[in-house]
Amino acid sequence: MFEYDPVLYSRILTGLTLAFHTIFSTLGVGVPLLIALAEWIGIRRNDDHYHLLARRWARGYIITVAVGVVTGTAIALQLSLLWPNFMQVAGQTISLPLFLETFAFFFEAIFLGIYLYTWDRFKKKIYHLLLLIPVALGATLSGFFITTVNAFMNAPLGFTMENGVLKGVNPLLAMFNPATPTKMAHVLSSAYLTSACVLAAIAAFMILRGREHVYYKKALRLSMTVAFVCAISTAVIGDLSGKYLAEYQPEKLAAAEWHFETAEEASLILGGILDENNEVKYALEIPYALSILAHGTPDAEVTGLEEFPEEEWPPLVVHYFFDLMVGIGMFLALVSFVFMVMKWRKKSNELNRVLLWLIVSTGPLAMLAIEAGWFFTEEGRQPWILRGYMTTAEGATTSGYVDIMLYLFIALYAVLAVSAAAVLRRTFKANPAERELEKLGMK
Amino acid sequence: MDYELIGITVLWTFLYGYLIVASIDFGAGFFNYYSALTGRGPIVKKVINRYLSPVWEVTNVFLIFFYIGLVGFFPSLAFYYGTALLVPGSIAIILIALRGSYYAFHHYGNRESLWYQFLYGATGLLIPASLSVVLTLSEGGFIDVSGDEVQLNYAELFTSTYAWAVVFLAIVSVLYISASFLTFYAHKAGDSSAFSLLRKYALFWSGPTILASLLVFVSLREHNPDHFQRMLDMSWLFGLSLLFFAGAVYLIWKKKRLGVSFILVMLQFAAAFYGYGASHLPYVLYPYVTIYTSFTNDTMALALILAFIAGLMLLVPSLYLLMRLFLFDNDYVKGKK
Repeated sequence: MFEYDPVLYSRILTGLTLAFHTIFSTLGVGVPLLIALAEWIGIRRNDDHYHLLARRWARGYIITVAVGVVTGTAIALQLSLLWPNFMQVAGQTISLPLFLETFAFFFEAIFLGIYLYTWDRFKKKIYHLLLLIPVALGATLSGFFITTVNAFMNAPLGFTMENGVLKGVNPLLAMFNPATPTKMAHVLSSAYLTSACVLAAIAAFMILRGREHVYYKKALRLSMTVAFVCAISTAVIGDLSGKYLAEYQPEKLAAAEWHFETAEEASLILGGILDENNEVKYALEIPYALSILAHGTPDAEVTGLEEFPEEEWPPLVVHYFFDLMVGIGMFLALVSFVFMVMKWRKKSNELNRVLLWLIVSTGPLAMLAIEAGWFFTEEGRQPWILRGYMTTAEGATTSGYVDIMLYLFIALYAVLAVSAAAVLRRTFKANPAERELEKLGMK
Repeated sequence: MDYELIGITVLWTFLYGYLIVASIDFGAGFFNYYSALTGRGPIVKKVINRYLSPVWEVTNVFLIFFYIGLVGFFPSLAFYYGTALLVPGSIAIILIALRGSYYAFHHYGNRESLWYQFLYGATGLLIPASLSVVLTLSEGGFIDVSGDEVQLNYAELFTSTYAWAVVFLAIVSVLYISASFLTFYAHKAGDSSAFSLLRKYALFWSGPTILASLLVFVSLREHNPDHFQRMLDMSWLFGLSLLFFAGAVYLIWKKKRLGVSFILVMLQFAAAFYGYGASHLPYVLYPYVTIYTSFTNDTMALALILAFIAGLMLLVPSLYLLMRLFLFDNDYVKGKK
């Protein structure tokens, strides 16, 4: 296929592991919040449907957690196996958040174990709900800490480099670098959004399949409400992320927007293709929008790619990832908005088939947007592994076996994906909600 | 005590914690499969599942803790071990991934599957074997370093008596630790048939465990005489370990005070493990890296130690709660909750 190059294979393998892990870790961060909300509403309204909802969501969640845990272990160890030179240098500054991430995960794992095995053990339901707080907190904190590591790689801070040796390390400054606030807010908000969309898609699909129980409608309404709130916050934070990029990583924003020449009143480019002379064709241009995205005013100057040496340009393909992410984000906001309006206006039926099918599509689309967003941000900082300090090629392993390992891991993830999907399907098919409702004596 | 020593002690403690909890877990997977295969599955299944289900995730974290801490306190180890361990490390990751997920698929999925049980039973024995390679490498002689190039010498590794002795020890001690814990747990649950089966397993695996320990001792003398000499200087610790072993086996044999017997098993491994670790110092990778040459900067070391203390204040009460609910709650253990 390619000539053997450990750097290229290391990049592909890392990308593959992260792309696979992201599916499960996104659900890992987002779903506990929805389970907690369902339990909380169940207690407040004294409605057992919501308790069952929490229970069934948790049952599927544990399967995704298992895959998330093992792929998370994989990426943690791969950091050193594939990028030993990078870890030797960066280990001096990023080990604190990595260490804290493990603590947060530990905390989550303990309470998740307790939560899952104590459904009927406490007399007061509220005690059981309280167990979810450390779970959601642990999930959120571990998302936060690990994101600071990624933010650090984008905006290294808190040390000085003298002849390849790190000096004057300040771990807190490294953690709370300029990229951290927007990045972590965007990661968390989009994880909640995606989880809500996935759960809403399942509920919508069941209703389309003819399930008429009010249980499914409650599931749909709860998850769509969360999706709507998070779609708005994700968009707002996304706008702030654009302003961060313009200030600290202008080459990434410029590559995403194919913005070659520094200009005022810059326009935003949607879609299109790039010919060999770097001319943009067939694109939709929105005047002033890039200036507004970058600096908040229509006449602001936006730095173009030409200000950077060409060997430091990110690959220009990131434009498509960026467009895909933003496009899907807008679509999710629109669908959830329409659902909310129709639910609120008594005379319109929010459960019409077209809207339900659109909701079904939001699940996979939201996950696709997460992947596109991560590919944009990671490819967008190429050729750097530590922006401005170390290139990706300098960080990689020199070992001769990365290609074989890549094939092994492709096989592993294929097996895990197929088995997890089969197990999830079987679990819910063999035990539909109606039967469980009946067994628990609910109507 | 300087930061370097604090760092390595913290890490060694995590590795010890992993050794105990992971052994229980790995061995349980094996016994679960083995007894299912020999038609005695239902006897031990309940005991194993009641203990393992709520804690399996926690086990994994001990390993990650050790690894992240190692990279944090000693970043240049990431370079040496990372480069040399690509293949054995990746294999370990794949085994861990298969084991963790198939454990969950088997338990939370809606169907019992012998194939899933085989996967997490077999991987449970292969993981300790593949992870023990790290300890083997730390003795030196298996890694070729020239300038910036680090390479693992597979021929040397696969023909070394010492390497095989370590693998052997890793596997049999997993089975021994696990069986002695499950014996205690079955006794607590009042499950007499599971108890007598597991007790047999525990007694059976105690012999090979001691044999393997001696084999590691003897082969280390050939492989790394320096280290062997330092171990002799601490021989009282290893003698103590042998005493704990004798006590534990005696109690299991006599079916008395099984909680104490498991504590003795833990002490047996603690004495040997800390003795081995302390005599290994100051080297972390003989003879290239010592704890002093590879240490992180002081600011980070202090930050890590502070984070560690803060983390423990959070974890210890949580772990206590977990144990109260699932390990020391008699009604739960007996299956009434």
